[in-house]
Amino acid sequence: MFDKEEIEKIKREQERWEKTTLPNWTKHYPERKGEFRNHSGMLIKSIYTPEDVKALDYLKDLGFPGEYPFTRGLHATMYRGRLWTMRLFAGFGTAADTNKRFKYLLKEGESGLSTAFDYPTIMGYDSDHPMARGEVGICGVAISSLQDMEILFNGIPLNHVTTSMTINGPAAMLLAMYVAVGDKQGVPREKIGGTTQNDNLKEFFAQKLCIFPPKSSVKLTTDIIEYCARHLPKWNPISISGYHIREAGATALQELAFTLYDGIAYVESTLERGLKVDDFAPRLSFFFASHNDFFEEIAKFRAARRLWAKIMKERFHAKNPRSMWMRMHIQTSGCTLTAQQPLNNIERTTIQALAAVLGGTQSLHTNSFDEALCLPTEEAVRVALRTQQIIAYESGAANTVDPMAGSYYVEALTNEMEEKAMEYIQKIDDMGGATAAIEKGFFQKEIADSAYKYQQEVDEKKRVIVGCNEYTIEEEECPIKLLRVDPKVEKEQVARLQKLKRERDNRKVKESLEKLHYAAEKDENLMPTIIEAIKAYTTLGEITEVLRKVYGEYKELIVI
Amino acid sequence: MQSTRKIRVLIAKPGLDSHDRGAKVVARALRDAGMEVIYTGLRQTPEQIVETALQEDVDVIGLSILSGAHKALFPRIIELLKQKGLTDIVIFAGGIIPEEDIPEMKKLGIKEIFGPGTPTETIIQYVLENVPKRT
Repeated sequence: MFDKEEIEKIKREQERWEKTTLPNWTKHYPERKGEFRNHSGMLIKSIYTPEDVKALDYLKDLGFPGEYPFTRGLHATMYRGRLWTMRLFAGFGTAADTNKRFKYLLKEGESGLSTAFDYPTIMGYDSDHPMARGEVGICGVAISSLQDMEILFNGIPLNHVTTSMTINGPAAMLLAMYVAVGDKQGVPREKIGGTTQNDNLKEFFAQKLCIFPPKSSVKLTTDIIEYCARHLPKWNPISISGYHIREAGATALQELAFTLYDGIAYVESTLERGLKVDDFAPRLSFFFASHNDFFEEIAKFRAARRLWAKIMKERFHAKNPRSMWMRMHIQTSGCTLTAQQPLNNIERTTIQALAAVLGGTQSLHTNSFDEALCLPTEEAVRVALRTQQIIAYESGAANTVDPMAGSYYVEALTNEMEEKAMEYIQKIDDMGGATAAIEKGFFQKEIADSAYKYQQEVDEKKRVIVGCNEYTIEEEECPIKLLRVDPKVEKEQVARLQKLKRERDNRKVKESLEKLHYAAEKDENLMPTIIEAIKAYTTLGEITEVLRKVYGEYKELIVI
Repeated sequence: MQSTRKIRVLIAKPGLDSHDRGAKVVARALRDAGMEVIYTGLRQTPEQIVETALQEDVDVIGLSILSGAHKALFPRIIELLKQKGLTDIVIFAGGIIPEEDIPEMKKLGIKEIFGPGTPTETIIQYVLENVPKRT
């Protein structure tokens, strides 16, 4: 972008500045630290100049929004045309409780739904399973059967909203329930829109809600990708997730590299089904965290978009530009929230959300300030949603496309993120791919080491967490009201489920499970059989149980 | 002179939640402080936790839970420990345990509860000060 002579001149001038002006200042105002680093451990210079981005080729590396390599954004108009989707993750108690929260959020201006399921649902247990004791409806909504799903979306027309579902092991069952509700509402399947997280690889080293062993888990993920490519054109079958990788302790760089690698693995597993890359790649979607280091995060999002576009074009020979799109959902980082002085979390979330917007996200969840303590109250959720609305309508951040482009610092960081992520990708390729890396404990060890290092820095106050390890209040009293889920929820849910199990056509249920067992053993795509079973009110737990018998259960590889 | 044996710690994850970042960091910090640490892995039933405590002859158990099911699971763990006669074991807990539940948990026999933001050094010191040395 700069001619050689100009760069030389700037370099000479900088050397002069470092010898003359700078020492005069550092004499009186020495730098606060010996060195400055971001979370990924990259050394941050005191100043960035055109010299740091001298190799940048504007047209090749940045280009224009809506065009390859999409560094500046997927859409030509970005937020000048349409704002990002404000999608708040919600779910607690019974389906009826969450239905009420959904309607509240839509009334307050939310533009898409996002469902949090409780742990029994996530692990494929019905609410009446012994492992579910004490967990029903606590961390999310309890969904055991189509009946629960009907209540969850009662009065919400599925052709008017898109719904994201954070579900992985049993993703096929929940998607089947959603499809069945859509069928009942008379919404054509080509109009059903939303996302199943369905990223089972990251479960083994990040979110760790694994049910089946890796190979069978990837098979189930791929079943959904294949089924959607053929039958649900508006559904995003997968949300390839870095969020949990980051929350488990990874750095921004590790989050970026490992997530993209999982993406590569899913493209490969779907190509093996005989689909062409352009038949399914446009519907792959991604999910990242937005942590505290503002510029590092923006650089990560921009690098992620550019790198994915290159991977799709060069490694998988995609032709359709949409196959090269990295559509992303971002969530502000839950693990940065403090239980101490919880109102400070509003500021943290605002900065992280702004980074997501300046990074060009398609969809955003903002955490509520009380989430280090409990599930969010209605008031806390409203503040979180308002945070996005203030960024959208008041801050001016949405008025131009990719406003950070051209910052010497941001462009240099974007380049460094991309280069170092490529080094990781090469390393994982050499290891034999994602599953091999999981089996070797590679991801697990990398993340555990980063998590431990981070905690040591916090303990030693090398990393200041305001209100937690500095600027603390003695004898702090919790200033906010917390949400508690009524223990009656479990009783009510279990009673309703058991009534359903008595009253449904149990002959049909039995047949559907036998059919599923057969299809699983034959290694067929399970989506059609699962939809049929769900429509007969076969439960999530019953279906998972059959699959546990066929695939076995995953035994955790413990890496500390 | 008799040598004192290393403090043996069991870090256990009851409940279905998979937030093991804290449990692993604490396990590693206690290990680095010179203790023998056994980490159970995720989703252990009360029965499995107590069985491991017995097999491994531990002095202390750290229970980590963030799912909100502590009120259902902790009483069962304590009850099983009593049944097995493991009443000398010091039990502490960490994770997301609301302030208002703490008195009930302490009454049950959970000696200390460490909330989010606790420095690992605080936990190390707690274990050193509260676990009797054994030979």
